[in-house]
Amino acid sequence: MPKDKSLKKVMVIGSGPIIIGQAAEFDYAGTQACLSLKEEGLEVVLINSNPATIMTDSHIADRVYIEPLTPEFAASVIRREKPDGLLPTLGGQVGLNLAVELAEKGILDREGVRLLGTPLSSIKKAEDRELFKKLMQEIGEPVPDSRIVHSLKEAKAFAREEGYPLIVRPAYTLGGTGGGIAHDEEELMEITAHGLSLSRIHQVLLEKSLLGMKEIEYEVMRDKKDQCITICNMENIDPVGIHTGDSIVVAPSQTLSDRDYQMLRSASLKIIRALGIEGGCNVQYALDPETGKYYVIEVNPRVSRSSALASKATGYPIAKIAAKIAIGLTLDEMKNPVTGKTSACFEPALDYVVVKMPRWPFDKFTDADRTLGTQMKATGEVMSIDRTLEGALMKAVRSLEQGVIDLSIKRLTGASIDEIKEEIEHATDERFFAIAEALRRGVSVDEIYEMSRIDRFFLEKIQNIVNMEKRIREEELSPELLRQAKQMQFPDKVIARLKNTGEEEIRAMRRQCGIVPTYKIVDTCAAEFEAETPYFYSTFEQENEAASEDKPSVVIIGSGPIRIGQGIEFDYCCVHSVWAARDAGYRTIIINNNPETVSTDFNTADRLYFEPLYIEDVMAVIEQEKPIGAIVQFGGQTAINLAQALQQRGVRILGTAVESIDAAEDREKFDALLNELNIPRPKAGAARSTEEALQKAKDIGFPLLVRPSYVLGGRAMEIVYNMKELKTYMEEAVEASHERPVLIDRYISGTEVEVDAICDGREVLIPGIMEHIERAGIHSGDSIAVYPHQTLSGTAVEKIVNYTEKIALKLNVKGLINIQFVVQDDHVYIIEVNPRSSRTVPYLSKITGVPMVDVATKIALGRSLEELGYRGGLMPRPDFVAIKAPVFSFSKLRRVEPSLGPEMKSTGEVLGIEKTFEKALYKAFTASGLKVPTDGAILATIADRDKPEAVNLLKKFYDLGFTIYATAGTAKALQEAGVQATAVNKVEEGSPNILDLLREGKVDMIINTLTRGRAPERDGFKIRRAAAEDGIPCITSLDTARALYEVIETTAIKLMPIK
Amino acid sequence: MKGQLILEDGSIYKGNLFGAVNPAGAITGEVVFNTSMTGYQEILTDPSYAGQIITLTFPLIGNYGTSPVFSESDKIWAKALIVRENYVSEDVGFQKLDVFLKEQNVTGISGIDTRSLTRHIRSHGTMRGLIKIESNNGDISCGCSDIKAEDDGNLVAQVTTRHVYRLPGKGPRVLVMDFGVKKDILRQLRLKGADVVVVPAFFDAKDIFSLKPDGILLSNGPGDPARVPGIVSTIKKLLGRVPIFGICLGHQLLALALGAETYKLKFGHRGANHPVVDLETGKTCMTSQNHGYAVREKDLKRLGLVITHKNLNDGTVEGLRHRYLPAFSVQFHPEAAPGPSDSNGIFDEFFDMMIKRRQREQAI
Repeated sequence: MPKDKSLKKVMVIGSGPIIIGQAAEFDYAGTQACLSLKEEGLEVVLINSNPATIMTDSHIADRVYIEPLTPEFAASVIRREKPDGLLPTLGGQVGLNLAVELAEKGILDREGVRLLGTPLSSIKKAEDRELFKKLMQEIGEPVPDSRIVHSLKEAKAFAREEGYPLIVRPAYTLGGTGGGIAHDEEELMEITAHGLSLSRIHQVLLEKSLLGMKEIEYEVMRDKKDQCITICNMENIDPVGIHTGDSIVVAPSQTLSDRDYQMLRSASLKIIRALGIEGGCNVQYALDPETGKYYVIEVNPRVSRSSALASKATGYPIAKIAAKIAIGLTLDEMKNPVTGKTSACFEPALDYVVVKMPRWPFDKFTDADRTLGTQMKATGEVMSIDRTLEGALMKAVRSLEQGVIDLSIKRLTGASIDEIKEEIEHATDERFFAIAEALRRGVSVDEIYEMSRIDRFFLEKIQNIVNMEKRIREEELSPELLRQAKQMQFPDKVIARLKNTGEEEIRAMRRQCGIVPTYKIVDTCAAEFEAETPYFYSTFEQENEAASEDKPSVVIIGSGPIRIGQGIEFDYCCVHSVWAARDAGYRTIIINNNPETVSTDFNTADRLYFEPLYIEDVMAVIEQEKPIGAIVQFGGQTAINLAQALQQRGVRILGTAVESIDAAEDREKFDALLNELNIPRPKAGAARSTEEALQKAKDIGFPLLVRPSYVLGGRAMEIVYNMKELKTYMEEAVEASHERPVLIDRYISGTEVEVDAICDGREVLIPGIMEHIERAGIHSGDSIAVYPHQTLSGTAVEKIVNYTEKIALKLNVKGLINIQFVVQDDHVYIIEVNPRSSRTVPYLSKITGVPMVDVATKIALGRSLEELGYRGGLMPRPDFVAIKAPVFSFSKLRRVEPSLGPEMKSTGEVLGIEKTFEKALYKAFTASGLKVPTDGAILATIADRDKPEAVNLLKKFYDLGFTIYATAGTAKALQEAGVQATAVNKVEEGSPNILDLLREGKVDMIINTLTRGRAPERDGFKIRRAAAEDGIPCITSLDTARALYEVIETTAIKLMPIK
Repeated sequence: MKGQLILEDGSIYKGNLFGAVNPAGAITGEVVFNTSMTGYQEILTDPSYAGQIITLTFPLIGNYGTSPVFSESDKIWAKALIVRENYVSEDVGFQKLDVFLKEQNVTGISGIDTRSLTRHIRSHGTMRGLIKIESNNGDISCGCSDIKAEDDGNLVAQVTTRHVYRLPGKGPRVLVMDFGVKKDILRQLRLKGADVVVVPAFFDAKDIFSLKPDGILLSNGPGDPARVPGIVSTIKKLLGRVPIFGICLGHQLLALALGAETYKLKFGHRGANHPVVDLETGKTCMTSQNHGYAVREKDLKRLGLVITHKNLNDGTVEGLRHRYLPAFSVQFHPEAAPGPSDSNGIFDEFFDMMIKRRQREQAI
């Protein structure tokens, strides 16, 4: 029982949508924390706007509010629930900021809610740069010379004293948003201005550069008895200068002597004590390898991305224990959940090496600036564990799923040595590969060290991998050499390629020599005590600890790192699938490599294999576990992509057959299927060459929707309007995926509709139909989706249901199917069929009350809908509206085009639930971070194509009292329609122009539709970028704008003159 | 060069030899494991490991080389080192672990599944082992009985200083009975200003008193406390005359002198993460440990001993204080090296005790 008896009900704040810098780790932390509090008999109230999370499941907390994370909504929840305490440190920076606001506004005091765990003063001391610096000086901990500035003038003055480069860090932002390294005055002005605008308290820290020093982090915990422990330390392979979220990280530190290790550990304990934190915190250091001096860079007084990583790296559940500390328990009275016997008050000892690699979105955002700095750009990460660092690095690389399974990438093989060196010096996301390539070409470790400041230890490890490539190529492949290569985790395919032989031959040789992976347990204690955790990793060693068990098992394939198009939703699905399979009586085994997630919590499945989702690794687990089959429909495209290869190797795919998956994904087979079922789809074709594409285009007619086959999230998808655009596209896209044809569809402008259904081969259950606000052409993942459907005719709904049933039954789907339609009046066309779980499943499951993954999993395991208590058909409409809105991370990715189109760009989503459409939409907009304006100024720049429609809409905004600014053409059209729009200069027309207007803060919202071409020099792009960076809402679809108008119109109080 | 480790129960682990390799001989010793992730050099040079073969559970060893400043004594006392991987750097400015072992004439074996070995020791208890070059015909001519038979002899006699030496300071005179003292214990004493005099382990009480100590530190050291001849009777003579502080073996010997018993733990405590609760404050902190024996809890009360510290994991005795006499001791290592220095304040208690004693004597 909690030591603090006065606590009965506790409120937890979640972290909201996934954005760069704040990903699935907070679902993991939040879920653990909620369960941990319930375990102590407390009633838990949760607020989180992100529906795609396990933590918002009804059984995780006692009361779940999927509401916008604003002080207003949070205050309403507090007033209604009257919790005794509020736990602010588990919802990332968003949760922490919200808690601070609630406290500062006096809401917590007024409602008698105590802030649990870390006191408000500590949060402020850690978060406020000035207070933090002062505290560090008081306790004698070194901090780099720095100055807090509130203006550009102050920034210039500091630069005059200290010189360049300077690091710019805005206060109270996350993932380093708005920060950067300024090498000269121009850069300083730009970054500082941006940083000041983003900081909640208009404060920016300028810091003397610690570039090139070792970057080390410690995860520390403290309880109310002042007992302190460190859970883990981590060393960034990339020295200071690259955000830790964008760095390759190893745990524990590898190049620190015991003295250095203990020096920083002692400092961490001193800092957490000085801050008075009760719970967990993260301390980051720069360590100068030359002088041995260190500097404290930053402290996060909360659970963080690093703590999730540390939890998975060590097995020590930080969030779970932190939650218990917050309600008064102490470390010494808790047991280490891993051993079940020893104390939780100890420090994990690792007997393996952990590598974390970031997953960047540059495969999607090809225009983005790929250089790395203090602004985090990665959307997700992978972790790997092995007994050798070489092995862990190799496993991490293939876990990234970027088509690379060793340290060579094609682009660099063809690059000049100068280009490679340039990339090593000015790090990009592919620096790691550039280093390998440089070593391959004989550049010395010393030279690379000079360029990169990466410790020689790490460089020599990469050298070892490169040397192994050479040895395999040049020497006879003896069993000894093969074993060594496998200990470095060279995939069979790579060894075969280097040896010019077949993968099967290598595999056979391995079998013959008994070189097979062994599995070891992550046990927090380096085998000193017996562990109860079923948390395994592979390595090539003597002893295998994964004992076989008799109970039939099922393998669930996870979804890997979070990336654009494949987010936390799929982890949600995997976790539910595990629970369902266990409920159905099976031993559950999950394979995944994303350290942020709930699926890789060792409590989720009966066995967790922390492994790459690469066929060789997955097959090895399957050979070890001998399951009855594998479930692939929940792990997104990652798992689906493995289906065929698994089946070829004799693994039974549970649920929908591989042939059906193929029939839906292979364009020609799919066309044949639709023809047979007499279901219309937009005219379409497939082309393997530019010539073929141009030929097909003539038959189909423009506009066309073009994209490569077998992709997720609409990667490299585009609408083209003429032959020229098609030709340009083909030349880019075919390059992108030459193994597969490019798909060419007639583009139909209509309402986009999405259905997720469950089929058992006999009946089809449709929990709901979702209608998109934005018309077809904007990726479904970036559209606002409304449930239930609002504008469809009865005939259209009937057709949708009918088509869904026909397709699901024809494909003999055993589980989930997702179908996207485009509806033009009563005509319904099929756009896409995915015989797997989709991004909307968590959201739909929550709002319809149908546990879709649970039902689908049980069907995959042989049950029927009827047996599970469900019937086929469309479920009745509810008496509320639930709207999912996308959330973007454009402010963090420079040069990325923020306009919406067929390529998915959002990183997360939020949900708004209310009685009416407008109110639900208001909540969805608010939750997504858009402050719905009730008055102010709109800047409109509209493509000619959209002018008639836009003028109509802008007039309505004008009538509501908005001021309208527009560029000449648009202004003229508006004036003709009776709107007194103010014309503004385009950029090339000279100052004052549009950008000046934005900079002066005169615009509250932008409506901008896209003219053709993606060339970044266009005005439209500059406007959108300026909006993204300055946080001005920028709406690029007239449909979104119209929806927003409806919300404003409903809530606006209008003047009604009586005479 | 290929080598193998053979345990007394016949288990065989194959690996590669590094450091100093004696082509003819085999090395035998008690195989123990340490779970520290850093501090391999401190461990190797800690005299408490004399006679033992050390397995490091962290797989990557040698990463930051070696340096004279990390040594806890003038040589490596362990008989051999077992690791998963020994880091071989090409950096010329880097003193390699391999070179350090060669200089010290100590053998290492790498490529061992140290986790498997550790699990084996954990379940079957500490046992003796032998490291040798793998013979071509793969025979294990050196049988298990040979491994068992060997006796390490009087280990304390091997590691203790041969002559008295002084590290002058302005504070109280601390006489260190060197059973295999770590340099960091002496460093801690000196940091706090002690005038340190180190004497051989078998120095008798009369000679000790002739050096006019303000306090006596019973140091750490190797082996079974019950098998160190003579020292217990010396300690008995010192008791009550002057403040005594024991660390590790010193703690065990103090307990024996006061009538307690010691026993062998199944596989010992060796690492940097052992939680120890201070029963007087109720607070737990992390400690560095290295011991295979422990003081039996039974009868301590009757002997006038107060248990001051306990291990939070297995409840073993970690610290003692005599109810009346100025004598106390800890099983763990407050000097750390390697490991956390959270319990460093224990040295202050020793100094307080000495200062109070002196003040009282002066008052009289």
